[in-house]
Amino acid sequence: MTVLGIILSAILTDNFVLSKFMGCCPFLGVSQKISSSIGMGAAVIFVMTCSTAITYPVYMYLLVPNGLEYLQTLAFILIIALFVQLAEMFVRKCFPPLHRTLGIYLPLITTNCAVLGVTILNVDLFAASESFLTGYLHALLYAACAGVGFTLALILFAGVRSRMEDADIPAFFKGTPATLIAASIVSLSFMAFSGMS
Amino acid sequence: MEQILLPAVIFAGIGLIAALLLTVASGIFAVKEDPRVQKIDAELPHANCGACGYAGCSEYAAAIVKENALCNLCKPGGNDTAAAVAEIMGQEAQPIPSEIAVLACRGNCNAAAEKYAYHGIHTCKAAKKMFGGSKFCTYGCIGYGDCAEVCPHGAITIQDGIADIQPGLCDACGLCAKACPNRLIRFRPTGKHFDVRCSSPSAGKTVRLICKNGCIGCKVCERKCLHRAITVVQNLAVIDYDKCTGCGVCRDACPTGAICCCEDTN
Repeated sequence: MTVLGIILSAILTDNFVLSKFMGCCPFLGVSQKISSSIGMGAAVIFVMTCSTAITYPVYMYLLVPNGLEYLQTLAFILIIALFVQLAEMFVRKCFPPLHRTLGIYLPLITTNCAVLGVTILNVDLFAASESFLTGYLHALLYAACAGVGFTLALILFAGVRSRMEDADIPAFFKGTPATLIAASIVSLSFMAFSGMS
Repeated sequence: MEQILLPAVIFAGIGLIAALLLTVASGIFAVKEDPRVQKIDAELPHANCGACGYAGCSEYAAAIVKENALCNLCKPGGNDTAAAVAEIMGQEAQPIPSEIAVLACRGNCNAAAEKYAYHGIHTCKAAKKMFGGSKFCTYGCIGYGDCAEVCPHGAITIQDGIADIQPGLCDACGLCAKACPNRLIRFRPTGKHFDVRCSSPSAGKTVRLICKNGCIGCKVCERKCLHRAITVVQNLAVIDYDKCTGCGVCRDACPTGAICCCEDTN
């Protein structure tokens, strides 16, 4: 994959939330306000990029040479948990109101399928690269762009939801049903990138 | 044996490094919280109404300790909460000042010109998104009653296209002020009688064109006020209630009727 291809696919055509259905819980959970969705997006970008920075070499230099690929999930979750904990400490110290709005969704990044998904996809996609360095840089780029794509989806959806707050929705649609319908419509807009045949 | 030992050593190593890093980080990012913040937080009613001027009860609790905010700002909590908070802070308890809600707009259907006929969702919030509401003045009362909807005392009705607050029923809880998308509902101490009932910072000429009752920033009130309580800031008269004695000279002087009396009955 070329650099441009990686950027475009991670942000738009293979958007983690809207095309792959990964990371839906914060997508629905913290998208009431644009400000909190930006905070959540930043946390996810940080965790995705840093986790990939560690998991990729750990996989290539520790797990593969020792034939321990079967412990991949365990190793990755451990490293992701480290960075989520770091991000949580940082947010609690520097942005206390954001810490309160994000609530349980912040530690939930640990088991966010988008984050584990990006680390696993990275070793699947780039482990066969000709040199370690190109694979590593591509993986980092892919992870950062996947985070940006996640944030983009979150912010777009938060914009849609802020409009829905004022709408006169029938009582039986109010709340979760209306949110899920709106999510499907936002997802439709991203289908245009992959095209229809 | 090696099959078990090797992964165990590798994972113990990763775990150890992670634990070390987190220990260091927890030292750097340690949050020193004053125990009084939590105590005050427990006293507050947690309605998160924002009447105190802070985003929520937790923010207000933090502001009392860190920014020396006043202890008697919580209206829903009443005097009991104010006393409890003052006690935690080691200050003398002060009663909550008696206030009244006032709509800072008189642009009713006879005064303010309409720019289009609105047929959308019947709330101020939705109407505001349509070019700032159907009136030419985008600062004024939109008149679909978002405030009346939230008022727990039924003190607000819509009269002639703007909100009308019954002073006798209002206890200044602040819910209406939060519901108004144009932030038109202000609070003033009871017994001062006079309010500037316009919120438009537009130049006087513009205000004259679109609303008969708006403040045109002519400064007549500023000159006539015997107590120097009125200043015109950004084309709008502002009354300093610490100096105002409620004499009413400003109302008589105002050429458009933007300063008027909302007689309090409580």
